[in-house]
Amino acid sequence: MQYLLRFVAVGYIGLLILVPLFVVAQKTFENGASKVWEALTDETMVHAFQVTAYAAAHAVVINTVFGVGVSILLVRYRFPGRRLLSLLVDLPLSVSPIVAGLALVFVYGRTGWFGPALDSLGYQVIFAFPGIVLATVFVSLPLVVREIVPVLEEIGTEQEQAATILGANAFQTFHRITLPSIKWAVAYGVVLALARSLGEFGAVKVVTAGGVAGRTQTVTSLVEQRYGEFDELSAYSASLVLAAASILCLVVITIIRPASDKKSSDKKK
Amino acid sequence: MGISVRNINKNFGDFVALDDVTVDIESGNLTALLGPSGGGKTTLLRIIAGLEQPDSGVIEINGTDTTWLRPQQRNVGFVFQHYAAFKHLSVFRNVAFGLEIRKVPKDQIRTKVMELLELVHLDQFADRLPAQLSGGQRQRMALARALAVEPNVLLLDEPFGALDAKVRKELRDWLRRLHDEVHVTTVFVTHDQEEALEVSNEIVVINNGRVEQIGSPDELYDHPANEFVMGFLGPTTRLGGRLLRPHDIEVTAEATTGAVEAKVDRLLRVGYEVRIDAVRSVPGGEDELTTVQLTRKEAGHLDLREGDSVWLSPADGATVAAG
Repeated sequence: MQYLLRFVAVGYIGLLILVPLFVVAQKTFENGASKVWEALTDETMVHAFQVTAYAAAHAVVINTVFGVGVSILLVRYRFPGRRLLSLLVDLPLSVSPIVAGLALVFVYGRTGWFGPALDSLGYQVIFAFPGIVLATVFVSLPLVVREIVPVLEEIGTEQEQAATILGANAFQTFHRITLPSIKWAVAYGVVLALARSLGEFGAVKVVTAGGVAGRTQTVTSLVEQRYGEFDELSAYSASLVLAAASILCLVVITIIRPASDKKSSDKKK
Repeated sequence: MGISVRNINKNFGDFVALDDVTVDIESGNLTALLGPSGGGKTTLLRIIAGLEQPDSGVIEINGTDTTWLRPQQRNVGFVFQHYAAFKHLSVFRNVAFGLEIRKVPKDQIRTKVMELLELVHLDQFADRLPAQLSGGQRQRMALARALAVEPNVLLLDEPFGALDAKVRKELRDWLRRLHDEVHVTTVFVTHDQEEALEVSNEIVVINNGRVEQIGSPDELYDHPANEFVMGFLGPTTRLGGRLLRPHDIEVTAEATTGAVEAKVDRLLRVGYEVRIDAVRSVPGGEDELTTVQLTRKEAGHLDLREGDSVWLSPADGATVAAG
């Protein structure tokens, strides 16, 4: 029975994930590695990778700072609207990225709420790099928070109180006690957010209207465009790089996870 | 000097945690805040530490009004029931924490911390993480950490509550001896009357947010201010409606003046003592059960059997609750 279940599970995952991935890899290298290299070093391709990398980096930094702050706010303080805030943080998980993208256009677009004001300051959000960052931040917003909140709840407030009584101010307590206690959760959340940011497509596509090659095009948009133009080699090569990045993230997570699990089991002793 | 608590009130919503509490704790004393759970003793300790704010009233530590000072500025040592060890720091760094915050030079920190670790017998564990220590060792580390900053007062919140019976007993003796060495004004919260009687030289009994009595262990045990204090500090029983200690009741086989007759319901020998449950029928009321505690020798003289009639009277000098 157990073997049957195992077989079904492995078969299912294999057909769903491994086989397609393998086929992508196979298709990519059909005409040799030099062609792949050529495709990947194409100017607009390199630019697309830069856009994606910059956007992901910005989004991760913003979400880490915001995520740590919001987590502490949610766990350590009681205020009216706390549950609502907690709910809002989760919203990006349930809202389709396309909807998120549209909402951002409505708010920051040229005819949106803040768009005209920002425009008059010479600041363009939609169809520009800030829009990409905004969309990426939105979709990866809950990942850091949801990793930190349970850990903060588990460690409780006594260590922080002990530090306070020993003379530490708020910053010293955060820096010396709280942060080291949640560092694994932060690291885990960062990697998850990074993986999510690199692969974001829907919201970014909307706020950049598919992206202008060499300007606001991300890798995912580029893959879609090239595939549509039957430039399959470029599409496959870029996809493979994205997949490799995600797998790398997963490897990092599996290395972090046991370390943090071991930590928390020590705590329970 | 010491700690002066004056007219402290504290409510949590509708719940009155402290109701006009006034206590003076003399400098150098080892004081127990004793009372049942939820009686307000921990709240009082946390208010002294600055972890809670009183609704009204004044706290003075060594003559300085600290009521509205932040915890960082009070220079108190606080030991938590569950140790509150800094889990990611070594034992050494835990104890050094307060000194590092105060920017004491490194070599002075080293000397001070090693001195304290020796005092709490943890010097060979300096490089371990708290997770590698037993509960008793963690609590000793927490104590060393609190003492490192040379606090004006040392506050301990149910410090032995999370430990098993044997370790608890060891740590009690050890806290007593430590206090004889360090002499810092110490207040600890406990709901265990034996712990309070054994460790402290002054007990403050707190119940329902009010101070019931303040005094030395002997005073409280021998002259309880009311039936609550008497009941909380040791076993009690009733005879003729009065609250008495079971060992303060005289038993005779024949009628004597002032004695009441009762029937032996149960005889129980526990080690060196004999416990008698005697039942007396009260006309027009419920039967009264009186528990008497005798030594084996006394019980042997009386040669009692279950079902025998005995006469019970309060012994001379029996402890009775005032008021």
